[in-house]
Amino acid sequence: MKDEPIIKVRGLRNSFGEQVIHENLDIDVRRGEILGVVGGSGTGKSVLMRSIIGLQRPDSGEIEVLGENMIDRSEDEAKNIRRRWGILFQNGALFSTLTVAENVEVPIHEYFPYLKPPLLDEIASYKIAMSGLTPDAGPKYPSELSGGMRKRAGLARALALDPELLFLDEPTAGLDPIAAAAFDELIKSLHGRLELTVFLITHDLDTLHTICDRVAVLADKKVVAVGTIPELMSLDHPWIQEYFNGPRGRAAAVSHEEPVKA
Amino acid sequence: MADKDQITPDARHSRGAEPGGDGATVYRIAGALTIIRAATTAREIDALADPLTIDLSEITKMDTVGAWIIYRTVRDRGAKVVGASSAEASLLEQVAEADRPVKVHPDSPGGLIRVLDELGIWVSELGKTFVGLLGFLGATLVGFANLVRRPKRFRINAIVQRFDVVGVRALGIIGLMSFLIGVVVGQQGAVQLEQFGAEIYTINLIGRITIRELGTLMTAIMVAGRSGSAFAAQIGTMKITEEIDAMRTIGVSPVEALVIPRMLATVVMMPLLAFYAMVMSLLGGGIFVWLVLDIPPLTYVQRLQEVVPVTDLWIGLIKAPVFGFIIALAGCFQGMLVEGNSEEVGMRTTNAVVQSIFLVIVLDAVFAVFFSSIGWR
Repeated sequence: MKDEPIIKVRGLRNSFGEQVIHENLDIDVRRGEILGVVGGSGTGKSVLMRSIIGLQRPDSGEIEVLGENMIDRSEDEAKNIRRRWGILFQNGALFSTLTVAENVEVPIHEYFPYLKPPLLDEIASYKIAMSGLTPDAGPKYPSELSGGMRKRAGLARALALDPELLFLDEPTAGLDPIAAAAFDELIKSLHGRLELTVFLITHDLDTLHTICDRVAVLADKKVVAVGTIPELMSLDHPWIQEYFNGPRGRAAAVSHEEPVKA
Repeated sequence: MADKDQITPDARHSRGAEPGGDGATVYRIAGALTIIRAATTAREIDALADPLTIDLSEITKMDTVGAWIIYRTVRDRGAKVVGASSAEASLLEQVAEADRPVKVHPDSPGGLIRVLDELGIWVSELGKTFVGLLGFLGATLVGFANLVRRPKRFRINAIVQRFDVVGVRALGIIGLMSFLIGVVVGQQGAVQLEQFGAEIYTINLIGRITIRELGTLMTAIMVAGRSGSAFAAQIGTMKITEEIDAMRTIGVSPVEALVIPRMLATVVMMPLLAFYAMVMSLLGGGIFVWLVLDIPPLTYVQRLQEVVPVTDLWIGLIKAPVFGFIIALAGCFQGMLVEGNSEEVGMRTTNAVVQSIFLVIVLDAVFAVFFSSIGWR
């Protein structure tokens, strides 16, 4: 059971009308790893995530999460799986009419309605602190938060139920480099301490170098390669070469002291 | 932290609470200590007497919620923790680090202060809204003036499109509504007037009330519900998505691009729609009296000509553009007031409809008094 992948996708096909996004896509996420997913714009990174978490019904293919088949599950059955994952959407997707603390309490209250408000508030407050928000952020509304704070609040909500599996959709996009580095550190330390498995969509080369155990590359409607960054750099797929050995890729690699293939 | 606490020798293997060797209660937890058991565990721990020792040696799984419950018992009651593995100790450390005084609920004063607080906010909001409305009216008039001076900036496409949305597409619903109102007025009038053998006066009733009052008023209410609300929601959503800010930075005036086309469209369309509504009401009433009271259409039209003075038509048509202006003003103004979140769009849309209908009815009363006093009876 330990060696079974925590997410297993086989033969996935997604399309919007005439446009085929994924064709025969396979991907595995191992328990306890941080898997980075990269790919050019429009290669369907977010669509892949949405298919895995059940927001997008694929045309065909198999998706297994935490050992359970995800396709065509009834809402009740899916709920038991949903309790075990947390999702951070690209713009936080906080409920705009609730405060940050109330946002964090929503999933807890949904699954454990009998928890008393004082305990609920305590749980929300340490989750908020754990996500690196300042203590005065709790009673604020999402519209009063900066982009970085909104991401942290989204993370606090994603972590509300102590998930085994965390999905992050471009967590550092739109953050300044200092905030992005701090967010990377936060993910890394939470990953180490909470035994999380992380599925991370990103464009941020620094994030890939700093926190990802493996990187999956989406191109040509499928996952063309999965591996550590040095492994990927030794492949001669044109997009991968361009990505990791382009000027930005080299700069990121140099700053993280990894060998750059000439 | 865990290893040095692990020295307590009195941890015997059984579940639940038991007296310890040195007078302390030992609380032993077996299995998973996760959020699923959080409420029970918290209740059980609260029921135990101090001094307390918590034995974690039989725990198979712990999450941060479990760790938090243990941690706060240690913090508040000085409980001792024994038998924690290194992973559990690390979790305990982690929640301890995250124990910062985070405010969860906004401050809210209670009782009389709160009532006064809310009253104050309400009054100041009312004042601000009034000043804001004046400012908005001013900005709109300046926008109109600019357009008159530079007619090339006139957005003819936008206005024609609004004509279509506000006017043409409303024809079906307003026609049906007015037709039915004509029927209802005729039917109710006939029931009462029959008692005096004066059914013929049903025609006076239908003619005067629909042309002078109901045609315009009901059309205004329908336009407020259909178009006023749409204006508020459209402009409000554009504010939230920063489209209005984008317009400003490009140099397009939102008043010229959004407000004036909508305002012109309602002001021009209202009299046309009101006239159409009057005709449809007369038609409904005419068919009713023909079928039920056996008054032939020719007699109906002839009688209408005799009893309805032309000033009634003027009254109805003079009121219509004024009502249209009020509706567009309230809708666009409320839309521009939207800030922050999606709930506000809904609230402002409701406000726009309520305000415009209220103002329309108040103005209608003012008009009624005014026209009577100048002798248009």
